[in-house]
Amino acid sequence: MTEVHIIGSGETKFGEMWDRSLRELAVEAGLKAVEDAGIYSRDIGILYGSSSLAGTLNLQNDIGSLLADFSGIASNGIPAVRIESSSSSGAAAVREAYLAIRSGEYDVAMVGGVEKMTDIYGSEILDIVGTTLDREWETFFGGTPAAMAAISARKYMHDFKVGKEAMSMISVNDHANASKNPNAHYRNKITLEAAMKSTPVADPLNLMDCSPISDGAAALILASEKFARSVGKDGVRIKSSAIAQDYLALHSRDSIYTLNSTILAGKTAFEKAGLKHSDVSFVELHDSYSIYGLMELEDLGFCKKGKASELVMDDIGLTSSLPVNPSGGLKAKGNPMGATGVGQFVEGYLQIRGKAGERQVKNASTGLLHSMSGTGSTSVVHILGGA
Amino acid sequence: MLKDGTDMSGIISYGSYIPKYRIKPDEIARVWGEDPENIRNGIYILSKSVPSPDEDVATISVEAARNAIKRRKVNPADIGAIYVGSESHPYAVKPTATIVASAIGADFRLFSADYEFACKAGTAGMQNVKAMVDSGMIKYGMAIGSDTSQGAPGDALEYSASAGGTAFIIGKEDPIAEINDTLSVTSDTPDFWRREGQPYPTHGERFTGEPAYFKHTIGAAKMIMERMKTKPEDYNYAVFHQPNGKFPTRAAKSLGFTEEQFSDGLLTPVIGNTYSGSMMTGLSAILDKASPGDRILAVSFGSGAGSDAFDLTVTDKMDEVDRNSAPTIKEMLSKVKWIDYAIYAKFKKKIVFGESVD
Amino acid sequence: MGELSSVWRESSHRYRLVAHGCGNCKAVYFPPRDICPKCHRDSIGKMKEMELSGRGKIESFTVVHDVPPAFIRQRPYVLALIRLDEGPTLTAQVVDCDPSEVALGKRVRSVFRRVREDGKSGIIQYGYKFVLE
Repeated sequence: MTEVHIIGSGETKFGEMWDRSLRELAVEAGLKAVEDAGIYSRDIGILYGSSSLAGTLNLQNDIGSLLADFSGIASNGIPAVRIESSSSSGAAAVREAYLAIRSGEYDVAMVGGVEKMTDIYGSEILDIVGTTLDREWETFFGGTPAAMAAISARKYMHDFKVGKEAMSMISVNDHANASKNPNAHYRNKITLEAAMKSTPVADPLNLMDCSPISDGAAALILASEKFARSVGKDGVRIKSSAIAQDYLALHSRDSIYTLNSTILAGKTAFEKAGLKHSDVSFVELHDSYSIYGLMELEDLGFCKKGKASELVMDDIGLTSSLPVNPSGGLKAKGNPMGATGVGQFVEGYLQIRGKAGERQVKNASTGLLHSMSGTGSTSVVHILGGA
Repeated sequence: MLKDGTDMSGIISYGSYIPKYRIKPDEIARVWGEDPENIRNGIYILSKSVPSPDEDVATISVEAARNAIKRRKVNPADIGAIYVGSESHPYAVKPTATIVASAIGADFRLFSADYEFACKAGTAGMQNVKAMVDSGMIKYGMAIGSDTSQGAPGDALEYSASAGGTAFIIGKEDPIAEINDTLSVTSDTPDFWRREGQPYPTHGERFTGEPAYFKHTIGAAKMIMERMKTKPEDYNYAVFHQPNGKFPTRAAKSLGFTEEQFSDGLLTPVIGNTYSGSMMTGLSAILDKASPGDRILAVSFGSGAGSDAFDLTVTDKMDEVDRNSAPTIKEMLSKVKWIDYAIYAKFKKKIVFGESVD
Repeated sequence: MGELSSVWRESSHRYRLVAHGCGNCKAVYFPPRDICPKCHRDSIGKMKEMELSGRGKIESFTVVHDVPPAFIRQRPYVLALIRLDEGPTLTAQVVDCDPSEVALGKRVRSVFRRVREDGKSGIIQYGYKFVLE
């Protein structure tokens, strides 16, 4: 089986991109990736598009075809499909591309993740993002993604006697890193005090615990070892890829602050990569809500259950032993859902090649990327580099 | 008419529901620049119940029905008919009774309909299911009177129009109160109405009194006592439709009833006028405390106009029923949450949103 | 556009808390499931309907301030995970109380309420909510 390398990446700025449409964002990211990889569209064997909510947000489905069409490759007949797994759609699409190359079926695969979330106004957005939960048994009865995260947070804080600071610190760190990322949605730094006191969203979570509504797109070119070598690209190797599942609804799980899908995917990713936690130079976490940052650090095995607060309050900055979300994370880089997971690869690709500019993690050789659907129904973990 | 006691139909079980929220007339008067003293003394309303935004006649009816079932562990499959009387059914077309049937798990084989006769639609249902029980069409029948009544902002009705409801299960097997007799009076008297499509009812002000409420209520009460050959002193309790605190008090007194007889069933001063639920909920409060052998006179009134009168006797079976196995009226009067006019206006949807929201 | 049959189909579950019990391992599932996640194929054809008591306790909860359109009149509302006495856990509002009265472990019972409505002309969607005991 061939190894799989990332040989090009591109992304738009994340944020409120009022003058850019769904397709324009996707095409922008895609062209940047193709240019970065130095390939031609004829080299692409298959295209995986990812979007979580385009069908409801933009009333546009068949995102694979849309991306192929407006990237100008539709007439070449290149297959294009959409991968959807809620907020982990992007990472799941990268994994499909990885498998397609690893199987030997294709030499080059393109992944394009996009979400255009600001084209509707009003609180209807909550009904739409609520479709990422169990619509019939959570959303119907008043569940929102923030509310479900808050339900986990309250129990977590109660059982482990953890204060709100630890959650707020996840967001403070995200903002500090995003201030050094020109593509980030929010580039302002926030203080711990401000983070703890912001507007309530779903108690105990407030605005500073919640990832924003972002537009954005990110794209990658993945290639087989043979192809990468033929075009003289080392790229960054996808060392391992893992995905795992849990119950869709939070209420069906044995523990509401344990992400079984993350535990399983994390374990598999480490095993397949043959690496230890201490080998990891940085992690990108799916912290759509700050509480998930804590739960994920624990469930990925970076600390014991209930102890992430100690790690977080100590140091998770760019110069710490475990830099968390050098990109700015979902809270500050932004969370354009279908693009979010792909965006983590863009960050990993930059970091491992030492091209992350001001936010460069020193000697970044190995990155762990974690993406998750909703309240943890699907987790996708990739390990990059590992050299 | 009088029948063999063993064979007489009556109330098998009963259950009520009154929403938890309350508003005082002072709060309403403050907004409309009126003197709350006039309300408290004039029409004798001290507070009224307010449904929360997620309550309507269907939810109130279901809660009342469930309390009735719970109180005597009635098997829902034994209920052969469900009639819901209200003038504020959530749908103009589509029955509330079907929602109740589904929510209590009634059988597919079921007689059901929604009734409307202003405030006496629920008692009309009682008469109907009693007749069905007596004729052998059904084993048990459920009659519900329930309303989330409307009063236009600033109108006198706003002080009294409240929410609540009561369900009676009627049958022949061991009733806790036998219905000795029931009769109705009817005349075409337009004292109060609501035209199709109008959000609030209109009333004839003082015309609602003598030619409407008093003529029918007192008339029906006298007629049934005449037929039963009884006098006011033969009854332990009397309960009348209660559009406010004043009317039923006056009617009772003019018939010769004492405060001791009618005070237990008089709920309007504290919960307001629950319209179709009014007399039935008053009767429910009486059943909460009545003893075997107690005799009750109950008379409803529906604008438009008519009255349904009932003569009941509490049986020995009452002592076998754990009345506290479902919430009593007293319990529902004790656990309340006070709200101001702004919250009331929000709850009652007097504050209107844009088209995308409810 | 509007929801209709999808709402009607769930009415016994949402109105009366009709759960599914596994005839193989006796586990109770609400929301109902057609297959037991513990017994897998051994549970096929053995899932039986059963009505739950509607009593339970608060496992965890939140006070929702950023609310979807259908809940604007109730802002802020309490949303809780409720562990029912028969075993299963569900997600529902806790109503008729101040958020300050709600706490982990408190006993609750189910009530029948309007949950949503489909605009001004569509159907009204009823279901369970809970109140503090």
